[in-house]
Amino acid sequence: MRDLSDTETAPRLTQGGRIDRSRPLTFTFDGRTLTGFAGDTLASALLANGIHLAGRSFKVHRPRGLVGHRENEPNALMRLGTGDRLTPNLPATLVELTDGLVAESQNRWPSLKYDLQAASGLLKPMFPAGFYYKTFMWPAAFWEKLYEPAIRRAAGLGRATTAPDPDRYERGFKHCDLLVVGAGPAGLTAALWAGRAGLHVILADQDSELGGSLLTERSTIDGEPASLWVDRVAGELARLDTVEVMPRTSVFGYYDHNILGAVERLPTAEHGARERYWRIEAGRVTLAAGALERPIPFPDNDRPGIMLASAVRAYLNRWAVRTGTRAVVFANNDDGFSTARDLSQAGIAVTLVDSRADAELPRALTGLEVTLHRGRTIVGSKGRHRVSAVTLDDGTRLPCDLVAVAGGWNPVVNLHSQTGARPRWDSIRDCFVPGQPRQNESSVGACAGRFTTAEAIQDGAHAAVEAIRALGKPVPELDLPVPEDPPAGRGEALWYVGGRDSHTFLDPQHDVTVADVKLAHREGYRSVEHMKRYTTLGMATDQGRFGNVNGMAVMAEARGLSVAEVGTTTFRPPYTPVSVGALAGRKRQRTFMPLRRSPLHDWAADRGAIFAEAGLWQRSRAFPQAGESLREAAFRETTQTRTHVGICDVSTLGKIDIQGPDAPELLNRVYTNGWKRLAVGRARYGLMLREDGHVMDDGTTSCLAEGHYHMTTTTGQAPKVMSHLEWCLQALWPELDVQVQSVTDQWAGLAVAGPNSRALLQRLLPGVDLSNAAFPFMGVGRYALAGGVPLRLFRISFSGELAYEVNVPADYGPALADKLLELGEDLGAIPYGLEALDVMRIEKGHVTAGELDGRTTAADLGMAGLMSSKKDFIGRVLAQRPGMADPSRPRLVGLQCADGDERIRAGSHLLPTGTQTTIDFDEGWVSSATWSPTFGRHIALGFLKNGGERMGEVVRAVDLVRGHDVQVEVVSPHFYDPEGTRQRG
Amino acid sequence: MMSQYSVFQLLRETLRGHTGWRPAWRDPAPKQRYDVVIVGGGGHGLATAYYLAKEHGITNVAVVEKGYLGGGNVGRNTTIVRANYMLPGNQRFYSKSLALWEGLEQELNFNLMMSQRGVLNLAHTDGQVDMFARRANAMRLHGDDAEIWSPEKIAAEVPMLDLDSARFPVRGGLMHKRGGTARHDGVAWGYARAADRLGVDIIQNCEVTAIERDPQGRITGVDTTKGRIKTGKVGLAVAGHTSQVAQMAGLRLPIETHLLQAFVTEGLKPILDQVVTFAAGHFYISQSDKGGLVFGSSLDGYNSYTARGNLPMVEHTAEAAMSLMPCIGRLRLLRHWGGVMDMTMDGSPIISTTHVPGLYLNGGWCYGGFKATPGSGWCFAHTIARDQPHPIGADLRLDRFMTGRELDEAGTGAQPNLH
Amino acid sequence: MRIPCPVCGARPSEEFTYRGDARPVRPPMDSSDQGAWVDYLFFRDDERGRIKEQWQHTGGCRAWIVVDRDTATHAVHGSELARDAAEGGQA
Repeated sequence: MRDLSDTETAPRLTQGGRIDRSRPLTFTFDGRTLTGFAGDTLASALLANGIHLAGRSFKVHRPRGLVGHRENEPNALMRLGTGDRLTPNLPATLVELTDGLVAESQNRWPSLKYDLQAASGLLKPMFPAGFYYKTFMWPAAFWEKLYEPAIRRAAGLGRATTAPDPDRYERGFKHCDLLVVGAGPAGLTAALWAGRAGLHVILADQDSELGGSLLTERSTIDGEPASLWVDRVAGELARLDTVEVMPRTSVFGYYDHNILGAVERLPTAEHGARERYWRIEAGRVTLAAGALERPIPFPDNDRPGIMLASAVRAYLNRWAVRTGTRAVVFANNDDGFSTARDLSQAGIAVTLVDSRADAELPRALTGLEVTLHRGRTIVGSKGRHRVSAVTLDDGTRLPCDLVAVAGGWNPVVNLHSQTGARPRWDSIRDCFVPGQPRQNESSVGACAGRFTTAEAIQDGAHAAVEAIRALGKPVPELDLPVPEDPPAGRGEALWYVGGRDSHTFLDPQHDVTVADVKLAHREGYRSVEHMKRYTTLGMATDQGRFGNVNGMAVMAEARGLSVAEVGTTTFRPPYTPVSVGALAGRKRQRTFMPLRRSPLHDWAADRGAIFAEAGLWQRSRAFPQAGESLREAAFRETTQTRTHVGICDVSTLGKIDIQGPDAPELLNRVYTNGWKRLAVGRARYGLMLREDGHVMDDGTTSCLAEGHYHMTTTTGQAPKVMSHLEWCLQALWPELDVQVQSVTDQWAGLAVAGPNSRALLQRLLPGVDLSNAAFPFMGVGRYALAGGVPLRLFRISFSGELAYEVNVPADYGPALADKLLELGEDLGAIPYGLEALDVMRIEKGHVTAGELDGRTTAADLGMAGLMSSKKDFIGRVLAQRPGMADPSRPRLVGLQCADGDERIRAGSHLLPTGTQTTIDFDEGWVSSATWSPTFGRHIALGFLKNGGERMGEVVRAVDLVRGHDVQVEVVSPHFYDPEGTRQRG
Repeated sequence: MMSQYSVFQLLRETLRGHTGWRPAWRDPAPKQRYDVVIVGGGGHGLATAYYLAKEHGITNVAVVEKGYLGGGNVGRNTTIVRANYMLPGNQRFYSKSLALWEGLEQELNFNLMMSQRGVLNLAHTDGQVDMFARRANAMRLHGDDAEIWSPEKIAAEVPMLDLDSARFPVRGGLMHKRGGTARHDGVAWGYARAADRLGVDIIQNCEVTAIERDPQGRITGVDTTKGRIKTGKVGLAVAGHTSQVAQMAGLRLPIETHLLQAFVTEGLKPILDQVVTFAAGHFYISQSDKGGLVFGSSLDGYNSYTARGNLPMVEHTAEAAMSLMPCIGRLRLLRHWGGVMDMTMDGSPIISTTHVPGLYLNGGWCYGGFKATPGSGWCFAHTIARDQPHPIGADLRLDRFMTGRELDEAGTGAQPNLH
Repeated sequence: MRIPCPVCGARPSEEFTYRGDARPVRPPMDSSDQGAWVDYLFFRDDERGRIKEQWQHTGGCRAWIVVDRDTATHAVHGSELARDAAEGGQA
């Protein structure tokens, strides 16, 4: 053999390929600075630098090299970036090389070459599939302490950061007549002809360039290199108005109603976002995602330098990289010939090992130095960090630094299968092909098991015609190019080479071997799902794209069945991994959900309010003055309101406008109490049940005019009550002549409470007679302020004081609040917040969310009297079921410290005194609690079995988790002004 | 005869190339008659058969499974084990179930990788903290563990959380340390192997096509794709298809069938040591021993038997993840899948006799059936053997809807998709 | 999924709120037969296949609609306003 010069042995060829040699790029790998070119992937750049060793396996940390050039790469997972942009587990084959890229190998320590955990490889014989189910059980306490932490540290792949992802993601919808997935010869043809006919087409491909297999193979179309045809078609597609070409876009999931998910990768600097997630609603879908080559697993097939033949050709033809200098090609089909041809023409010595006894070198290889071993298989390999030789079944030893394995092809049926369609086994082509479609889709070209370029172009054109026809548009005369393909020679099935099964890898990432599958069979894990779950075959990041079909074939052989009979596991989305951030788009952290703010929010903020979450709302909790704690502020606000007057923002309460002649009938049916005789200008408290008899909500509803009502709901239940009324009126009782409309956002609401409230409002409305006789408790009035601003006044009280609620159009809320404070300065008017509101309503014994928890009945709340016996209402019948009507149910009671003043905490349980502290003696719970500035002690509301009959009894309020155990006296829940003289005064 | 799993056995097999392992269970043809036929070879059915044999001495039992054993929800859940309920009727049951989990691996001689790493529920308001306290106190009164964690403690223990920029602040949390995860498939396999060793016949690929009754309405047997099997007692444990199978016996149930999705990322080195849930997004997450972050959120929300979810819930789940754990943005979703849930009208399960003599019902597990597996088998075996509910599962009876004793933890009423 | 709203046209499913089976008929208001009410509120046929179900277009026109949808495939075969369905009797 003659001596070779450096340029002849350097991995990167001096010409050819689709890289731009004028644009060199610098990157680092494990700290080494390397160079590549624009157009490289990280994988091709590593190989161009002579680097095959790219990772360590998951279980036993064996050295692993690059195997593929696409999404089936199981080994070369990289951690990219630094700091808060550190991103683990990216396959080098799918990473476009950029200048300054920082890549590191994973799952090794201290270095990729010398990984101490590889010592566990010595124990590999002890770790067959499922070994962990059989051991690590003794002693029982050791699992969490010892075994599990060790397993967790050893397992896992890349290290991630806990720093928030600094990048932005976007998302949007797209609609099209035809979505074409994959821009190889089939997809390009489909998109071109559909686009020429004026269809709105989206053509998506995960690659940065269009062309698919035409970029990696030395094929010709119409007598010229296929890449010229690709460039021409790409150019025309770019000019067609109705065609949208989306490179770098991976269509990852196919969902119901022809809706697909896709993620578009964006170069960060230019676009401000890292990725865009698209939900694509497609009239029709053409799946042209191609096929993935599969291996022929043989003993010791996991050494670096042993690659898929398609990848070897791709690196050579697209990226101008020689992945070795001395190659063995191992094939069971004619792809061995094209691989041998391409390698040999690049000056690489090639030996072809073809498993077919009748293999003959085709004419294309004549004149090339290719040695053929026909009817032979590889049964072993040598080499530490790189393959150095292989052994054939006849004992022949072939020194080499590259093995290119061509095991046949698996169509990418994943998206098709995600729709619920069942791929079927094609026993002629020995692969799964698409079955009966469940949605408006068809698979074309290699994706449908039609592997030649000619078939792909025909299929693509056919798909375009179908889409055009379906839309009733004129079908153009087709004029298809003629590719020159090598004759589509049939291969023979060869699923693995027998021998040392424990070193014959089906899934190199997870270290799953042929022996593991056979062990699964021996132990009874024989369905494909059992095999997958027991051996973890197909659960790695490539999700079985590399070796799953081979594994199924091994199981089929063990069971004496065909692959078709064994079947396949379910294909699930995403086809390739998708960033969680992309799926979330901009809805993250503070923007996770909408924030609802009262029209008085800024007004409150200006007055120093502290806010609290209440569902989607933020409500003002209290208005602390300088040096005051939240608690102190709440107590001051309470006292000031009870002695003078306070104003409180209640705009978040649900408000529903109800109009129509049948409105009283509607109210009568949805509330438990009677509504037929509510006079104009009067309000009434109402209790609403669910149909199952439990309390849904409460509130007051006012009669504004004949057939015109204003309903209020609690803040939390407002959307539910609105929806409930709409359901009643549309689905249940469409005969009722009533209209409902939510007006929550239209009105600002202010509670004005306290003994000076009347005086204050009288100053606001000097012309209105607000005397008790003229405007009594539960009175309602409609007035106008200066300039005609409408104002609604309701004399209702949540605090137990003389109190009103004032509504004005939302925008006038702040002005009204300012005006009230101004007018009431000498009356002692202050703003108060949710905390004081809560203190006062507990003192008064009013119920809120703590009591209305969806499990309480009217009787539980002491409101059995509101259940009319004279009419029907929602929930009437089911509230009478024995478990609901049981008199021993926990009933609402008041609780106060029996002696001293210890804190009672909501969430405590109520137990009799003198019993054990166990669930057997549990008699209820504390639902709300506060210190009462009015009474100078802790008080609470709670539910106690037979509560109504236990007044004066002392029980324990036990809060085990926060360390409280308080003797409390059972009292009426109406601590404050039980006769209601203040609110009626 | 099947061998006991042990380190010794593993070493011995290592020396002879693992050729001596025998099937974990037999593959018997159905006999003509069994004392009990359990329909459904999932976790609950297999556990029931195991406890029938072990606790009640009833070994002439068949478990008939339409597909492969463990192929339903036991093999597609998010593997969470816990006993953190508020209502006594539920907590009593789950408390027993958790007690059975502890020690189950040794009992079954199968490593279930039960990992009591703790389940942390995050509360977003002071009111929620108090509600959690009510629940935590109920748990403690049952003799189970519960703690309330402060926001500072949570921040220190769960570095993935970003509490500073959260839409819903974290005001506290309920930590249940004995909760955690277990290897879901292992549970089905472990029970199958143990039941098989006690003489139970597990018959896979055998679909029940009819439930047969005599003129008095009593159960007489089942018709299957592998022939007719006579029996006086049929136990249904087919969560996900309960409505359909019960219909064969003329039973209409308080169940709607819904779809729940689950998600897993690519494997990572340890980054999350607890199971964490937060109500603001109905979100829950843990990290598997293999390294994947396993998470989920709400039901898709509409009736479905498809086990295939849709994008709105995929998006919502990702948003929920990004709301409190924004480091997850760069991590990549490897796979998402769906399971079919029987959602009851009150969100709690059913273990019950029925009005059909000889027919027993176990179902309505909503999305929480995995953790219940041992307790469910324990109670259901008792119900079948004694013809009456087990005291710890007595509140799970079917007649609770008639009597007005629903167990509604969420308090949302008869709307299954909200539980 | 896309849900066909009779008012707004086909819209993404997340704009809608699901209630469930549209067929159970509420007993007459004056019926006090607890069994009939329990059956109406709690018990379902829960079919695998085409069912009529109630959705509300909460994120749109707020109409309650009855959708003919297949629980085994998610295929939607049509929809009508709940008001029309109620007035037209049980279809």
